[in-house]
Amino acid sequence: MRGLAGIAACGTSLASRPARSHPPAPYVPRFFTPIEWAFLTAACDRLIPADENGPGACALDVPRFIDMQMDTPYAFGAQWYMQAPFVQGPDNLGYQLPHAPRDLYRRGIAGMNAHAATRHGRPFADLAPALQDDLLRGAENNRLVFGDIPSSVFFDQLLANVMEGAFSDPVHGGNTGLGGWTMLGFPGARADFMDWVDRYGAHYPLGSVSISGETA
Amino acid sequence: MSDDARRLKPVDVVIVGGGWAGSIMAKEMTEAGRSVVMLERGPDRSTASEGAYPASIDELEANFRYKLFQDLSKNTVTIRNNSQQTALPYRRMAAFLPGEGVGGAGLHWSGVHFRIPPDDLRMRSRVIEKYGARFIPEGMNLQDYGVTYEELEPFFDRAEKVFGTSGEPYMINGKVVGKGNVFSPSRSDHFPLPALKDVYTAHLFRKAAEEAGFHPYSLPAANASRQYVNPYGAQMGPCNFCGYCSGYACYMYSKASPNVNILPVLRQHPLFDLRAGCHVLKVELDADGRRATGVTYTDPDGKVVTQPAELVILTAFQFHNVRLMLLSGIGRPYDPVRNEGVVGRNFVYQNVTTSNVWLDRGIETNQYIGAGGGGVAFDDFNSENFDHGPLGFVGGSPVWVNQAGVRAIAAAHSGGPPGTPRWGSAWKAGMIDTYRHSLRIDAHGSNMAYRDVYLDLDPTWKDAYGQPLLRMTFDWKDNDIRMNRYVVDKIGDVAKAMGARRVNLTKREFGRPFDTRQYQTTHLGGGAVMGSDPGTSALNRYLQSWDVHNVFVIGANAFPQGTGYNPTGMVAALAYWAAHHIRTTYLAHPGPLAG
Ligand SMILES: Cc1cc2nc3c(=O)[nH]c(=O)nc-3n(C[C@H](O)[C@H](O)[C@H](O)COP(=O)(O)OP(=O)(O)OC[C@H]3O[C@@H](n4cnc5c(N)ncnc54)[C@H](O)[C@@H]3O)c2cc1C
Ligand code: SF4
Repeated sequence: MRGLAGIAACGTSLASRPARSHPPAPYVPRFFTPIEWAFLTAACDRLIPADENGPGACALDVPRFIDMQMDTPYAFGAQWYMQAPFVQGPDNLGYQLPHAPRDLYRRGIAGMNAHAATRHGRPFADLAPALQDDLLRGAENNRLVFGDIPSSVFFDQLLANVMEGAFSDPVHGGNTGLGGWTMLGFPGARADFMDWVDRYGAHYPLGSVSISGETA
Repeated sequence: MSDDARRLKPVDVVIVGGGWAGSIMAKEMTEAGRSVVMLERGPDRSTASEGAYPASIDELEANFRYKLFQDLSKNTVTIRNNSQQTALPYRRMAAFLPGEGVGGAGLHWSGVHFRIPPDDLRMRSRVIEKYGARFIPEGMNLQDYGVTYEELEPFFDRAEKVFGTSGEPYMINGKVVGKGNVFSPSRSDHFPLPALKDVYTAHLFRKAAEEAGFHPYSLPAANASRQYVNPYGAQMGPCNFCGYCSGYACYMYSKASPNVNILPVLRQHPLFDLRAGCHVLKVELDADGRRATGVTYTDPDGKVVTQPAELVILTAFQFHNVRLMLLSGIGRPYDPVRNEGVVGRNFVYQNVTTSNVWLDRGIETNQYIGAGGGGVAFDDFNSENFDHGPLGFVGGSPVWVNQAGVRAIAAAHSGGPPGTPRWGSAWKAGMIDTYRHSLRIDAHGSNMAYRDVYLDLDPTWKDAYGQPLLRMTFDWKDNDIRMNRYVVDKIGDVAKAMGARRVNLTKREFGRPFDTRQYQTTHLGGGAVMGSDPGTSALNRYLQSWDVHNVFVIGANAFPQGTGYNPTGMVAALAYWAAHHIRTTYLAHPGPLAG
């Protein structure tokens, strides 16, 4: 797992990432522009901050996960019914916008940065954490207006992907070092509890393992 | 469309849909010496490929990218809460998750495998006998199935033996033999396998339910507690409680599926022809609409072809069966205004809510351990097992711990106790505590049928083949909300006996509409129900269309109203029941089996 310095750096910019003992090539996003990437890394670290309970989203490479997902059919809306007409209705009848996840990110990030600029004169990534939290809460509660998408739709998309990135198998680019699973106490791909099912009250001794065989 | 469609060589039987119902019917029809074509719109699938460890143990792909589920981009439904609203497309998977591909949802279901309570089969008669006709609320279409438990028993037994079901009986041939469900009816034989072990949370629940005065039992599970060979010679391995059950093909070959328990044998049969990637558009009828002549489908190259057949069996899943009947003109469509017509009538769901119980921080609940069908339940408030008289509602709900395995992304989404933020440090702390030290208890209730809850064709939206989507008009009703609230209070009693540190009782709220965004179950029912009155049922008691005698329609569409149990045990028994009557009567004398 990366040290705290690395976590803090993640929220600022790619260039300022400190080298690790075995420095991997820095991840270069394919979908997100540098401005969008700065937003994404900053927002991820507010949604899952590093604290005494475990690593934050950046240490888990959640932004990388989201960028990699943007290249999958899911991000193009290929798994959603996307036939017109798009008619808006009550929330409980579900998502009714013509936008796939890629569009939601493009529009949503622009909307968040526009709000940050209007209110504070700076992009989201350059704000203090408390101000970032305010804007995120505003989006969550649909109090921000972003052109043609409700801000809560963007927020829900982002939060869902952040959770996926922190807690899915590392094969998808997030959950680095199995840090998400370890903090949760989830053994990952062990998937065999024949000997443990009726050891009532005993602490499960094995750590997490991934599909590729990485352990933590 | 059928005029210029290519006509293929006729066969005896064409089966639409390759899930549980389709595979059972195909097996039975080939045993009867008939040539069978089974058409499945999705890809061919097998446990060896889709279930290969470790690649299959991928929560993101299985549960969040819906790898094995219906391709909504091609075909979905529209939903509204009442007939005044505009129904809108179900664009993203959420409330329910229909299957697709060979094996259907049977490849990746959970495995809770029930027989239906005998009283549920004659619910209308039973309620009237016990409480009088005026007890039935205005607007509720309460009905009998037209078949009794005694008639179905041999077929429940057959299905359990084919599925390799694990369970503990209570009564066999009228004699009490074990510690099973005291409310369950007498059986002709044991379960083929002993009950699964209790996971820790189920063990704690069993003790607490007993202390609270209820009658806990092991859930009957189509997850093999030991190695097993079924009557077809298909082999199952022992379930290891891997926790990757619902949504996954079982890499241990322990969860019953058409792919493990039937298809390996069926695929070898010379009379069986499985065609994957074939989407059926409609059933073709003769000029006067009284006989089916075959089906029209798009083949994997997108060509429209017609497959002539003597007998057409629809096994496309509950609502796809209803839609195919509507698209083909089989049976009279339901008119909710006049309460007339039958296809689309009595659409029902599962009235389930999940409550949470937090235990002391010294107790680790190991929610990642679990089998899809495993757990402990009590039926004290299910079916007619309790006196509804003073309560004033119809229906009931089993209560259970059915820990199928809670995985990490799902845990992150569920977060902490109510009131905890959805993100940030407070979320993190609440989520970790909840994952490590809590358990979930379901009230898995029945949902009654109502005059203004129904299925029809949508006037606006179409599928990828240009056919109208099915439209669902559905909401929760007062009777069912009151039932849920009554039973969920009992969960409070159990939680107390467990020494809960904190309890969150989740109840249905009056005035809160059905929400398509939250996963509930895929236990959809009704819409083309069985019965003894053609005025209120689309199918007779043999699941044969009243109007087109060479069309049988097998699935949970046949349920006149919901039950507190999961549907598949009943669907499988109905398939064997219908097949038995087709084999013993219909094939020799094609024509209406009831009338
Ligand atoms: C996650 C999950 C967990 C579940 N757990 C349980 C449980 O524990 N206990 C229980 O009792 N039930 C459970 N169920 C429900 C269970 O899966 C269904 O009741 C059962 O699979 C129904 O069998 P079926 O054959 O009627 O339909 P399906 O299994 O859905 O098969 C129907 C098939 O027809 C195909 N089809 C549809 N339309 C067409 C067409 N036009 N042309 C060609 N093919 C078509 C579909 O692609 C599908 O493969 C669960 C369901 C899900 C999704
Ligand atoms: S829990 Fe058991 S039945 Fe379910 S997938 Fe795992 S091994 Fe198979």
